[in-house]
Amino acid sequence: MNLLEPRAEPSRTLQWAAPPIAIGLMLVAGSVLFLLLGRDPVQAFRVFFIQPLESGYGWSELLLKAGPLVLIAEGLAIGFRARIYNIGAEGQLIFGAICAGGVAIHAAGHETAWTLPLMVVAGAAGGMFWGAIPALLKTRFNAEETLTTLMLTYVANYFLSWLVHGVWRDPAGMNFPQSVMFGDGALFPVLTEGNRLNASIFIPLASVLVFQLLVKRSFLAYRLEVGGQAPLAARYAGFPAGATVWVSLCLSGLTAGLAGVGEVAGPIGQLNLNLSPGYGYAAIIVAYLGRLHPLGIALSGLLMALLYLGGEAAQMTLQLPAAITGLFQGMLLFFLLGADAFIDNRLRLPRRTA
Amino acid sequence: MIDHLSPILIGTLGAATPLVLAGLGELVAEKAGVMNLGVEGMMLIGAIAAFAAAVASDGSVTAGLLAGMLAGVLAASLFALLALSLAANQAACGLALTIFGVGLSAFIGQSYVSHSLAGLPALPLPGLSQIPWLGPILFRQDPVVYLAFLLYVAVAWVLARTRIGLILRAVGESPEAAHAIGYPVLGIRWAATLTGGAFAGLAGAYLSTVYTPLWVQNMTAGRGWISVALVVFATWKPTRLLLGACLFGGVTILQFHAQGLGLDLPVELLAALPYLATVIVLVLISRDRKLLRLNLPASLGKPFVPGR
Amino acid sequence: MTTRVQVEPRIRLIGITKRYHSLVANDQVSLQVAPGEIHAVLGENGAGKSTLMKVIYGAVRADDGELMWNGRQVEIDSPDAARRLGIGMVFQHFSLFETLTVVENIALVLDEPFDLAALAQRVESVSRAYGLPLDPHRPVHSLSVGERQRVEIVRCLLQKPQLLILDEPTSVLTPQAVLTLFDTLRKLAAEGVAILYISHKLHEIQALCDRATVMRSGRVTGEAIPREETPASLARMMIGRELPHCAIPAYLGQRRTVLEVRALSLRSEDPFGTSLEGIHLTVEAGEILGIAGISGNGQNELMAALSGETPTAADSVLLDGVPIGRLGAGQRRDRGLGFVPEERLGRGAVPAMSLARNALLTGHRKGMVRRGLVDYAAAVRFAAAIIERFGVRCSGPEALARALSGGNLQKFIVGREIAQSPRLLLVSQPTWGVDVGASAQLRQTLVDLSREGVAILVVSEELEELFEICDRIAVLAGGRLSAPQPRAATDAEAIGLLMAGHSMSAAA
Repeated sequence: MNLLEPRAEPSRTLQWAAPPIAIGLMLVAGSVLFLLLGRDPVQAFRVFFIQPLESGYGWSELLLKAGPLVLIAEGLAIGFRARIYNIGAEGQLIFGAICAGGVAIHAAGHETAWTLPLMVVAGAAGGMFWGAIPALLKTRFNAEETLTTLMLTYVANYFLSWLVHGVWRDPAGMNFPQSVMFGDGALFPVLTEGNRLNASIFIPLASVLVFQLLVKRSFLAYRLEVGGQAPLAARYAGFPAGATVWVSLCLSGLTAGLAGVGEVAGPIGQLNLNLSPGYGYAAIIVAYLGRLHPLGIALSGLLMALLYLGGEAAQMTLQLPAAITGLFQGMLLFFLLGADAFIDNRLRLPRRTA
Repeated sequence: MIDHLSPILIGTLGAATPLVLAGLGELVAEKAGVMNLGVEGMMLIGAIAAFAAAVASDGSVTAGLLAGMLAGVLAASLFALLALSLAANQAACGLALTIFGVGLSAFIGQSYVSHSLAGLPALPLPGLSQIPWLGPILFRQDPVVYLAFLLYVAVAWVLARTRIGLILRAVGESPEAAHAIGYPVLGIRWAATLTGGAFAGLAGAYLSTVYTPLWVQNMTAGRGWISVALVVFATWKPTRLLLGACLFGGVTILQFHAQGLGLDLPVELLAALPYLATVIVLVLISRDRKLLRLNLPASLGKPFVPGR
Repeated sequence: MTTRVQVEPRIRLIGITKRYHSLVANDQVSLQVAPGEIHAVLGENGAGKSTLMKVIYGAVRADDGELMWNGRQVEIDSPDAARRLGIGMVFQHFSLFETLTVVENIALVLDEPFDLAALAQRVESVSRAYGLPLDPHRPVHSLSVGERQRVEIVRCLLQKPQLLILDEPTSVLTPQAVLTLFDTLRKLAAEGVAILYISHKLHEIQALCDRATVMRSGRVTGEAIPREETPASLARMMIGRELPHCAIPAYLGQRRTVLEVRALSLRSEDPFGTSLEGIHLTVEAGEILGIAGISGNGQNELMAALSGETPTAADSVLLDGVPIGRLGAGQRRDRGLGFVPEERLGRGAVPAMSLARNALLTGHRKGMVRRGLVDYAAAVRFAAAIIERFGVRCSGPEALARALSGGNLQKFIVGREIAQSPRLLLVSQPTWGVDVGASAQLRQTLVDLSREGVAILVVSEELEELFEICDRIAVLAGGRLSAPQPRAATDAEAIGLLMAGHSMSAAA
């Protein structure tokens, strides 16, 4: 049953090699899957991983999808380092989008230069607020944040649904559950003609730098990490446990909220019921795959974005369900967790008992 | 009023059944110290496996339920391999299982979207179902509802009265001590985890083949997570779990009867109620830290590597 | 030795060897125990005693060597197999389940039909027969530490063992309870049970054991009949040199009260913990106040209240006359409090972090953080200075805390706290699990620090240690503290009575 025996020293090589190994294993498992489905794996991989990157448009779409993934994952990683498991980033994204969307809807027709900045602030605050609720429930009432963050995701979803079915429904929208399209003053400017990549990409870019500084140099991040690795040591040193929870959840809520702004004030341009193709969940994998490291997350975010693009391409070219992306995501996390086990341990071959 | 109440109560047991099943499975796993947050994923995998098997066997619900359980066990064994044999972070493994289950079931389910099944007719229990008022509520249910109740009795009895239950509790409290006195801790945790998988798979199978006999993507709609929360709410006690599941079954069913009750509330609010209620019960139970500490399996969520 | 009647040894180990990575925990260890013999295995922490016992009990597999049981070669590959042979073990760190009852705990190890009611009756009768009374239906968490040990022993007795292994059984007992335990063991030996008694306490071994095998660094370094040896000669076999002693100079500085605790009462947050009731104490500059008592009598709660991990009423804790009861742990450190906790890995240090990063844990006050940013170079220098000054054996400031031996990590933690020039130092179990050489160094460090005018409060289970270094000693039992006595005015027996008296009233 036990497949491990401890190593004397953790393997530094494996610490960095685990993500590539996991990706490799995912590709192997993917080949088997494609074979089972009667597809040629080589062609399938071309469609999945090469084709999306063969055009400038493809690259812009890659960045467009990587943006929210990286942004959310940076925030989540801070919490994961502190062993605070916010798995409701999807809900915080939605709530941030609702707040930003509210600003845009109220400004509709008379946008000013302040509209977009206000949307950014509202979205960030909204995401933070939605993350602060589980923080309050955890610090005040000891309620598990894993469950509360996830439950609040469903609540945010129904709240959004209520809004776009009711008060915020576009009167001219043929009764579709969606808001009016936002005006130009409530949208991030597109960077180059002919694609959808917009100025919101600078937010995740900046976040990589900010989080890099935060993680590598700040005393705050040190305290969070101590709180996560050894809660008793944090208590011993006098680092308040509540602060760890608040910072982790508010920060990850904030980044998720910002990601929500990027979507509604970017490619979507309105509030509707398809704000996110599961970015909030995928970002969990991005964070782990990037070793909870700000730069690593930037790389793994790109890979995850490619999985999304590949899934879309597979749907169009290979007539495979787009859900194949979710399948790959799950496998990737499985393989990563498995590979990680061997950082501190080596494989123990079952001994033969005669 | 009472006329409007009884259809709710009749529906409550059916709505509670997947929660009872998945919750009991998670309770068994958590008693042994294994926190499997992959219940939602195992339910979805069980649901699609059951649906596919039922379609393949000309609508046999029994085949569907068995296939669902088997699929749940297989899904749980993925979790066990990582979280137990490779001692990976249990929370992350559970999440991975859920993400995987969502993806896998959606992937397979794509080709079943237009199918539907006949489901199972209610099985009125002779005699008992004639009891006025109570009879229709309790004893005119489909067979799986009765099965869930029997499984509750079985789990409660095993945990409280048998050596197996004692061993599970011991492993959950201190795997180190259990190992020291010679119990195969990982083997026991594997067994508990697979049992949890079978229960979750059955719960998912019930949803897709009996409760609403058709396939809808993500049809579990968070019931797996609610089951995990119910185990906390129940402070790891089967009877409280049963009651909690019925309460949630009632809350879930409420949205379909709100108009009849004269409740003029937005349908979205009613639909969000089970999730809000989950948050509220978690808060209510967790604030009593001593109660939790006295009941919480002390090693819950902590990996165990023998001989370290 | 040849004058003894030749009987088949109950157990005989021949050339047992066990390696962990590069470390050889047991190197060609041989020993034998006859039926009815009480045999000591003597050695200090890390000498390989516990590994050897785990080999006998089947919890660990030897890499090499043979094991003979009643003259027959056997393979013991699991604790279960050991139990079936008739080997019982009383663990040093108890292997009991807190939330289960006594009888449930016992049922878990018995290979017989599951009938708790019948078993409860047997538990009662066996425990009474051996002078170890127990209520079978109490949950273990409500028992005192001594009572828990009784559960372990009764659990073994019900299996009718032919060999009973006890690993450091007296560390949790009052001196009086030790005598009771010895009576029980002698009774068992008289019935023909072979007993392996693991200890590092010389006088106990001399009082109880027929023969002794002495171990050092994994090897057998001698065999002896303890009654024919002196503590000094046994110690030489055990550590290879004379037992080191502390030099205790007189304090010449100014006497003033640094810490004052007034009527401190505190409900434990832990449902299995002990609440504090009306604690009064003072610690002066230049003195070491020792707090004796068995763990679980409020030690954790007292340290949490003094260190600030659990804030209390403002005026129940005063530092230099200023009420600090409401202040948190960090704020109290800012005011000159240092604290060395009982658990080194996980509390005093973060296991998977380097020493440099662990230096930051409390040492960040020494100019290592500016405008929210950490100066890691300063942390590395700080750690290197501690390593140098206190002789911490490690690969340098980048070594992970968990890679250090207990003694070296303790030197590092003590060093980190001292390097912040505290006015008050709280130390919990200063030498728990530390080898003799490092223990002596740590004790001397504490004495020297106190003579520089620092007030020190030491909580320890080891009475000998307290009598060696403390100026005054008080006893914590059942959450109440006895009046501190000058060392010269009290002795182990008086302290032991206080430990027992209070814990009995607490258990009632």
